[in-house]
Amino acid sequence: MKELSLHILDIAKNSVKANATLIEILINEDSEKNLLTIEINDNGCGMSEEFLKTVKDPFSTTRTTRKVGMGISLFEAASVQCGGRLDITSEEGVGTKLRTSFVLDHIDRAPVGDMAGTMETLISGSPEIDFLYRHTKNGKTFTLDTREIRGVLGDVPLDMPEVLTWIDGYIKEGLCDIS
Amino acid sequence: MKSLAELQEIRNRALSQVNLRKEREDGIRVVVGMATCGIAAGARPVLNAFLQEIEKRNLGNVTVTQTGCIGMCRYEPIVEVYVPGQDKVTYIHMSEDKAARVVAEHIINNQPVTEYTIGAEAK
Repeated sequence: MKELSLHILDIAKNSVKANATLIEILINEDSEKNLLTIEINDNGCGMSEEFLKTVKDPFSTTRTTRKVGMGISLFEAASVQCGGRLDITSEEGVGTKLRTSFVLDHIDRAPVGDMAGTMETLISGSPEIDFLYRHTKNGKTFTLDTREIRGVLGDVPLDMPEVLTWIDGYIKEGLCDIS
Repeated sequence: MKSLAELQEIRNRALSQVNLRKEREDGIRVVVGMATCGIAAGARPVLNAFLQEIEKRNLGNVTVTQTGCIGMCRYEPIVEVYVPGQDKVTYIHMSEDKAARVVAEHIINNQPVTEYTIGAEAK
């Protein structure tokens, strides 16, 4: 994938499938340590120990329509080629945590990319789920919490076009501020 | 600067549109394939382009939803348009520009953009 934000969208979709009600997306860019980490945590159904062992294998999937699932293996490959790694822990009935790392200035590291577009896509696809997106760059942090937005909106759904546009602008401005 | 106060205004405006939900339920549905294959082929900007066009033109009767892999990964990004009472139209190899044209010609003027459909590819 051309952007890490596309991997994030793809992986967070797994959390949506796992019936999560809260998905956390945590990005940390640290120039001093020359490290980029991305964590995607959910409170979905989790995986059995047995499935967890094979989950990074592209021929392992919960899909019934065919026998391949590329999402996690592609994200792992992106990370490994940049001197990083991908780890997953999961507990059935509790949730799943995925953490991946990259050497920040590695020549092959794809840009983080359009996180506003990723969040807009996730929220419009699953307006009933809550998302916590926290992005830290060298100690400065931007946070988007849909629980807070929901508090203001009341009954008005998050996937209303005007709301999505507001969220898109809010993230773009917020990320500008921490750059 | 985007503020929560602005969000409050959006809420107030939305609440004055009483028929919002009903209108959306009976309306046109745009479905974008958003599995690994679709995302890698560029489905995210296509979806965002549909959302933007719909907001810009204030089309209250259109909903944009996402689905998993439609099963024809080589044609991604794939978009299906469901107009009530009409056959589903499947668009393939979509882009942001194509999305804008589908909104103008198909969703607003009810003239499917035949050249972007899967039927045009098969010929």
